[in-house]
Amino acid sequence: MVSADTELAVAELAVTGLSVRFTIPGARVAAVSDVSFTVCPGECLALVGESGCGKSVLAAALLGFLPANAEVAGHAILSGGGTPPLDLLTAPDRVLARTVRGRRIGLVPQSPAAHLTPVRTARAQLEETVRAHHPALRRPREHAEAVAARAGLNPSDLDRYPHELSGGMAQRVATALALVGDPWLLIADEPTTGLDRALVDALVGELRRLVDDGHAVLLITHDLAAVGRVADRIAVMYAGRLAETGPTPAVLDTPLHPYTRGLLDSLPDRAFTPVPGLPPLLTDLPAGCAFTPRCARMVPACGQRPTLADHSGHLVACHRPC
Amino acid sequence: MLSATGLYAHGVVAGYDHRRPVIDAVDLAVAGGETVGLAGPSGSGKSTLARVLALLHRPYSGTLSIDGHLVTGYRHHAARALRTRIGVLFQQPRLSVDPRMTLRRAIAEPLRAARAPDVAARVRELAELVALTPDLLDRRPHEVSDGQLQRACLARALALSPGHLICDEMTTMLDASTTAALVAVIVDYQQRVGAGVLAISHDTVLLDRWADRVLHLAPTGRLDPATGRDRGERP
Repeated sequence: MVSADTELAVAELAVTGLSVRFTIPGARVAAVSDVSFTVCPGECLALVGESGCGKSVLAAALLGFLPANAEVAGHAILSGGGTPPLDLLTAPDRVLARTVRGRRIGLVPQSPAAHLTPVRTARAQLEETVRAHHPALRRPREHAEAVAARAGLNPSDLDRYPHELSGGMAQRVATALALVGDPWLLIADEPTTGLDRALVDALVGELRRLVDDGHAVLLITHDLAAVGRVADRIAVMYAGRLAETGPTPAVLDTPLHPYTRGLLDSLPDRAFTPVPGLPPLLTDLPAGCAFTPRCARMVPACGQRPTLADHSGHLVACHRPC
Repeated sequence: MLSATGLYAHGVVAGYDHRRPVIDAVDLAVAGGETVGLAGPSGSGKSTLARVLALLHRPYSGTLSIDGHLVTGYRHHAARALRTRIGVLFQQPRLSVDPRMTLRRAIAEPLRAARAPDVAARVRELAELVALTPDLLDRRPHEVSDGQLQRACLARALALSPGHLICDEMTTMLDASTTAALVAVIVDYQQRVGAGVLAISHDTVLLDRWADRVLHLAPTGRLDPATGRDRGERP
């Protein structure tokens, strides 16, 4: 249900060499380092990794939501929509607010209940968003209900206040709000956290339906079970860098990076053994491969930082892949 | 039954409105050394049952006994000797740690309250158990990840060496690796001291792997009688 077919033909988000650094008293945090990927309409890219690996910072960088102490390098070129390509990392906030957020990129937030205004009904918030995005519409109420239905809500659910919504319904309201402006790209930041399995399955089904409808979804998550059901491609992040990217079945069934293998082995329906140790501090990363202190396959070459190498469409940054 | 080591609930009815109890006539037994899983959809009363068993919520009726002692008081009226036999882990570590405390202070809190000797050494020992490094201990909750904070909450729950551990959706906010790591710490602790564990989760894949048997709480707040049989030999 994305508006113009011509937009779909050329729409793309191309991220190259994205790095984000924060300066805090006495330290510099390397939150994201040299990350590159592309997302196109009709596909879901999942960005997975442990908490604190830089996934959410990356989403904030794309939407211009970084705090003032952040330094950003690289490019994130958003094309399509009949306008010249725009670098999200250098565009002024005014441009992002008026042409990008909600219109070309929608955000499905983590903890949707906290994202909604507690003192107004879901309907009031949805209709306000409809009026802001489509001021010419004569019947915002009907449009709001149509968008709500696409997100899997009943019109009667809309008359509730956020505290009367279950976690799953609040999640759908947040998804509906993200869909109002017809963005072709949705960034979903840990949308399944705190939901029970049935609700995760429903949300994953909804995201997949949006992808099959022609949207692109960048799914940021640590839920590997959900990823397996919705993503076309997976990018595994470790300590701010991409460790491995590839098609979903390849990454889940034949992981090449020891970290990816460790993460998959920690699932309760696999070995249920954790990756040993803790992730490194982003203020004090080792000079070579950041996974070395936790890796059983270490070789002397690991003192040098590995670059992503292509194994027929499946990329891995490791000197001794599995 | 009252003489056995374990946590026993009999005919527990509890909730927040007398006319509509959330859990109804629940019988539950968690013997020492045993891991019981409790599954059920959102709103079925899993957390209410956890609160009753942790002596944090007075049931309308029914009885609860801990290691052969009948429970007569809840919340601030709970006998200290019983209260400290139970460790609790909650779903949201961020809501269960005072944001002004360093992790070191948070882990030490039950030790101080119980006037335990040599608190600093015990905190170091607990931190090692849950793999928290010393630099993390001096941070406050907003400076660590959910996973690191839940590690601190587990250390705090184990501080007084409880005989019973109640884990209420402990892993919801955690990634797979942290989940596996914390469950391994609990299983190891359980094997050393023979503690009983009630593992509450909506993740049945996790419970099937972790628990000796899994009970299902129906949306009516009653335990499903068809569940809870022993799974026999573990894989």
